[in-house]
Amino acid sequence: MSWNKKHLLDIESLTADEIVTVLDTARAFKAVGERAIKKVPALRGKTVVNLFIEPSTRTRISFELAAQRLTADIVNFSAEASSFKKGETLKDTAKNLEALNADFIVIRHSASGAPHFLSRVVNASIINAGDGAHEHPTQALLDAFTIREHKEKIAGLNVTILGDILYSRVARSNIWALTKLGARVTLCGPSTLVPKTFEQMGCRVTHNVDEAIRDADIIHLLRIQHERQRKTMFPSIGEYTNLFGLNKARLAKTKPDALIMHPGPINRGVEIDSEIADCSRSLILEQVTNGLAVRMAVLFLLNGGKGPQEVSGN
Amino acid sequence: MPNVQRESAPPGGVVRDFFMPESNVILDASAIGRALTRIAHEIAERNENFAEVVLVGIPEGGVPLAQRLGKILAEIWKHAVPTGSLDVSMHRDDLDRRAAPKIHPTVMPFDVNGKTVVLVDDVLFSGRTIRAALDALNDFGRPKKIQLAVLIDRGHRDLPIKADFVGKNVPTAANEKIHVRLGEKDEVVLEKNNGRKNTQDAQRN
Repeated sequence: MSWNKKHLLDIESLTADEIVTVLDTARAFKAVGERAIKKVPALRGKTVVNLFIEPSTRTRISFELAAQRLTADIVNFSAEASSFKKGETLKDTAKNLEALNADFIVIRHSASGAPHFLSRVVNASIINAGDGAHEHPTQALLDAFTIREHKEKIAGLNVTILGDILYSRVARSNIWALTKLGARVTLCGPSTLVPKTFEQMGCRVTHNVDEAIRDADIIHLLRIQHERQRKTMFPSIGEYTNLFGLNKARLAKTKPDALIMHPGPINRGVEIDSEIADCSRSLILEQVTNGLAVRMAVLFLLNGGKGPQEVSGN
Repeated sequence: MPNVQRESAPPGGVVRDFFMPESNVILDASAIGRALTRIAHEIAERNENFAEVVLVGIPEGGVPLAQRLGKILAEIWKHAVPTGSLDVSMHRDDLDRRAAPKIHPTVMPFDVNGKTVVLVDDVLFSGRTIRAALDALNDFGRPKKIQLAVLIDRGHRDLPIKADFVGKNVPTAANEKIHVRLGEKDEVVLEKNNGRKNTQDAQRN
């Protein structure tokens, strides 16, 4: 048990011990979600702002519900309906939110490093909910939580991340988290989207999908992020599906207990066959459930030490 | 540990490390056993409707105590006593004043509605843990009654909370520490402060 961080900006700067602390804490919050009364007063009186400068449903709703279940007040702020459109800078927006006594700012931004920037200009705790192609720490934490729930431990597992790695913050955060926890990570996808440079992060890189998933305990699929690609990275969606899509035939050649994950939103029939997305080996909806518990745990841990410090006795 | 070491016992001529606080064993294994047996009999005496009684330990110290009390009560009543554990960290009133606490498992394998819940903790001090426990218990339903059993009552209450069943009342100074150790060797130790302040200590009781 160790946690003394004020912000959650990335996985890269977390220790394995800190990651495990989040996962252990999340287990307790998952249990709260299974009670008749799913709310606890841990963040009573605190204010959480969802500052989403890039579209999101899953993550925003997950943080919103997490804050509500902790009895915090939550304000949603989206780029479309804000002064961003009127030319206000990110810093000024954040300063305004701070003037309203926001205790936590959950930020999603298309620019890598935006959360780090905010953490230097405001006093609130900053939680990175996805910054460009850099990191999406709570996604990696909920993925690690889900894997640990099913496989009991992460050390020694073979995890294959398949798809658009180059533009994926989910991939980067997952690589950091999984390698810190001792998993062997294999990356696979078209060579334009899975460059060999990722080997520097301690992963194996291959462009042969059957070989990549043959010994995998976890097959983690990623969506093709058309919105981030500035040029055509592969000839066609149809070809991508043929070469890298997960279908029944490919799945038959994997370990029988290999499990399938996807951070969503899924594109049925592109990176994953529709029936596989819904099969018993798919953890996709469990990831969503666990995301809520993990985000409650993150808010709970970051809340520690935010108030006036007091020395307690025995 | 054959005998209870008296609180007033001298350090025994042992040259102590300067930084080593002075510690006295105030309850040994057999004294803890006797205290729990007496508490169990008091619980039995107070609660004639034994089928309604459930024991809920507060982690960490209260959980093994609740289990031990459950065993003794089962012998007295010839009836199994449901036992659970209730983590109170999410209901504490000091969560933003220090590092986030470790959360222990909550296991409530029964419906508390209409039951007499006996909360069990190792040390009663400020009373804030019990306040949090009352709130946490409220999330699981509406017990008919809630009673409190503690192994040690060391005084210094911040809140109007009183235990129904007490193993031993131990007068302490606010900056002393009580360690309840249950396991291979059961003992309760009072750690004197030796004039230094426990500024680093964030231990809960």
